[in-house]
Parts: sequence; structure tokens; C-alpha cells
Amino acid sequence: MYKRNLVKTLTLLLLVVTFSVNAQHEPATKVHEEQTSTKKDYKTEIKEEIRHHVKDSYYFDFNSNSETGEHHGFSLPVILIDDGLKVFMSSKFEHGEAVAEAGGNYYKLYHNKIYKTDATGKLSFDEHHHPTNIKPLDFSITKSVFSIIIVSLFVFLVFTSLAKSYAKNGSIPKGIGRFFEPLVIYIRDEIAIPSIGHKHYKKYMSFLLTVFFFIWFSNLIGITPFGMNITGNLAVTAALAFLTFLITQFTSNANYWKHIFWMPGVPIPMKIILAPIELLGVFIKPFALMMRLYANIFAGHIVIYSILGLLFVFKSYIGGSLSFGLALVISILELLVAILQAYIFTMLSALYFGFASEEHEPEHHE
Amino acid sequence: MEKLINDFSYGLFFWQTLLFIALLFLLRKYAWKPILNAINEREEGIKKALDEAENARKEMQNLTADNERILKEARIQRDSLLKEAREMKESMISEAKNEAQQQAQKVIDQAKSSIEAEKQAAIVDLKNQVAELSIGIAEKVVKSELADKNKQVKLVEEMLKEITIR
Repeated sequence: MYKRNLVKTLTLLLLVVTFSVNAQHEPATKVHEEQTSTKKDYKTEIKEEIRHHVKDSYYFDFNSNSETGEHHGFSLPVILIDDGLKVFMSSKFEHGEAVAEAGGNYYKLYHNKIYKTDATGKLSFDEHHHPTNIKPLDFSITKSVFSIIIVSLFVFLVFTSLAKSYAKNGSIPKGIGRFFEPLVIYIRDEIAIPSIGHKHYKKYMSFLLTVFFFIWFSNLIGITPFGMNITGNLAVTAALAFLTFLITQFTSNANYWKHIFWMPGVPIPMKIILAPIELLGVFIKPFALMMRLYANIFAGHIVIYSILGLLFVFKSYIGGSLSFGLALVISILELLVAILQAYIFTMLSALYFGFASEEHEPEHHE
Repeated sequence: MEKLINDFSYGLFFWQTLLFIALLFLLRKYAWKPILNAINEREEGIKKALDEAENARKEMQNLTADNERILKEARIQRDSLLKEAREMKESMISEAKNEAQQQAQKVIDQAKSSIEAEKQAAIVDLKNQVAELSIGIAEKVVKSELADKNKQVKLVEEMLKEITIR
């Protein structure tokens, strides 16, 4: 939620700046008054657009027109588990206009969620205007899933080609591999080995490399104008953090658990106090991983979209160029954030793995 | 927070986990293992090559040191040889000189002694000839002297005067 506040303050700041510029610029107040009504429409439309963008979707839309209801893109398969497997294309929903029928059950798309309905597509609402209809178990290939597949394929192709170039070229990378190989070496030498140690780092390398390049490419594809949003989905970051959590727990040794339940080197009352804190930490660490990545990317998307939206709110050269310039700067910042967040996720995962597989107590080293 | 939980998509979580694990295993088999192996191999190769270069450098150093030592030894040997040769030459010359001197001395001595012997022989011969000549002269003188009786007596007397009985 606080991210939203941040966005609000940012937007407000921009409003103040641009309005002051506008006030000097516009000669007649009449024109200004006329535009206020359309401006409000733009604002709600932009809000709607942002909300749609950061949310997952059953369609892969490049562009849509809210006035005509036109959508430019393609539909994706919907997979539901509800009295057996139900698979159909999302085009059946006609963007929420029609009731989709599959295997004797009826489904309706409402605010980007699938609800089970009767044949007429009737939805009942509670007092908060939330539908009370049953939501079937949903394993659809949504826009995010589709993007994940694209990114995975991309990562796979890039690194298999790098692997192949070694065999062909006598252990010297060629082409794009020249750029990626130093990163692989960096992850090994600057992340894995210092955090985990020479003895154990090898078994974690595959995960660390995959997670780094997956997050990085996902973040980057999020900045492209295709409007994909992978790492800005809580479910995605949750899945990644969950895997870090599982690997940490399953590769941990007795020393790790001893540090959690009976911290060595502190007096006994402290040990008793520390045990629940440390145990909580086991779960907080991956939770923080999940939230950090999600919030950073989510906020980045909203900021860029908001600033780009301002372009349409202020139809003046100065306001437009200002928001364009700001959007450009933020986009460049997002490029940095993309690799930074991938690095942080990988680095912290490596640190947690290091804790789990650490053998000696630190006192023995010194 | 409620909205976040409400918006949490289990389907997406499922797909992300599944696809990520699949990607992880595929990449591990087809990318990370060969890449890391190749990098390791290359690094080890570089390390080995550096070590070898270092060894070669050390060997080279040893070799030059050896060469210098050998050269020095050779020089010393040469010097001593030259010295020996010089000494030998000098000693040979001096020996030859000595021998020649001795030989010459010997020849001179021989010549001297033979000259002496010749001289002695010549003296003896001369003496003999003088004696014979004097005898002949004496004979003639005596013959002429003794032709007169008075003179014979006178001579006997003179001789008798000379001879004294002891």
C-alpha cells in the first residue's frame, strides 16, 4: 500500500510542477475549463489502464480501446479444474461480454477473474461489491504465464548457445556469450563462493544462475512496451522465494539448526529469547525476498505508467515533454533496478544457502 | 494486505514453480554444467600455462647460470693451459740453452785436451829430433875433435875435471 502512496505523492508533485508551468502558458481560462471534464475522463482511464497492466490477464493485449471495446492482441488458453479439467480459449469470454460454456459448466470473466455462473451468467454481489460466486481452481496460461514461457525460452536459448560455443570455439565464448560469460563468472566468484564457500557452492550454482538470469530478463521484458509484467506479480516472486526457502531447508546441516534453536556463544537466557526470533527469521527471510522483488518491480511499473499517463492528461508541449523526459529517466533507472533486484535476490539466496551449509562456527575462524 | 492476498493467483504460482523448476533442470543439464566446466577447464589451463611459463623461466635462469659457470671454468682452464704452455716453453728453452752450453763446453774441452795432447806429442817429437840432431852434431863434433891426439887428451882431462868422485 505504501507504494501507492509514493506514487500518489510523486504524481501530486508532478501535477504541481506542470500546472504552474501550464498556468503561465495558457492564455485563455475558458479553454482550460473546457478541458477539465475530459481530463477527469483521462485520469480514470489511465488509472484503469494501469490497474489492467499490473494485473494478470487472460488475454495478451498489446493495445485496447475502451471507447469502442476493441482489443488488439490474442487470446490465451484457460485451464480450470472444476469437475475435471476444463480447457478452452479465453476468446470465449469475449472480454467479459459473454458467458463461456465448458463441459456443462458456465463461467464468466468479471474484473479479470473467472467466476462460476449459471447459463445466463448472473453474478451475485456482497455489500463490498465483490462477487460471491465460486471461483474455480484456475491453472490458465495467463499473460504472465505466457511471458514466463517466453523468458524461459529466451534464457534457455541464450545459455545453451553459450554452452555450445565453448565446444565449437575451443573454450572461448562467441557472440552474445562474450557478454554473459563474465556475469556467470561474477555470480560464481563474487556471489556464490564468498557467501557459500568453496566446499559447497557447486550444488547451488545452477539455482543461483537460473534465478539471476530469469529475474533479470523478466524485469527487462517488463520494461518493454509489450506490457508484460512477470516479477511484478506476487505469485511469481512468492514461487521464487519459496524455492529459495525449500533449498535452504533441505540442504541445511545440524550446525544451521543449532544456530537457530540453541545459539552458541551467548548466555542461556539469551538462547531462549533468540530461539523463537531465529525460527521466525527462517520464514521472514524468504518473505522479505518475495516482497522486495515484487514491490520494486510493481512500483516501477506503476511509476512509469503514471508518468506516461500524464502525457495524455496535460496536452501541452511543456507538460508533455516534461513527463516524457521524466519517464525516460525513470525507465533508465528501471534498467538499473532490473539488474539490481536480480542481483539482490541472488545474493541473498546465496547468503541463506551459506548459512544453511556453513560448517564451522565463526569463533573457530578467528 | 487483504487485496494482495485476494489478488494472489495460485495458478500463476503453480506455473511459475513448475516452469522455473523445469528451466532450472534443463539449464543445469544443457547450459550451466557445460559452461562452468568449460570456464573451469579454461581457468585451469591458464593456471597451468602460467606455471609452465614460470618453470620454463626458472629453467632458463638455471641454464644461463650454468652456461656462465661453464664459460668461467673454460676461461680458467684456458688461462691455466696457456700458463702451463708458457712455462713449458720457457723451461724447454732454458733446458735447450743449458744443454747446448754443456755440449759446447764439452766440445771445447775435448778440443783443448786434444790440442794439449798434440802439443805434448809435438814437443816429444821435437825433443827426440833435437836429441838425435844434437847427437849427430855431437858425433860429428867429436869425430872432428878426436882427429887430433892432443885435443883428445885435453878433452879427457876436461871431462875428468868435471867428473868428481864422491
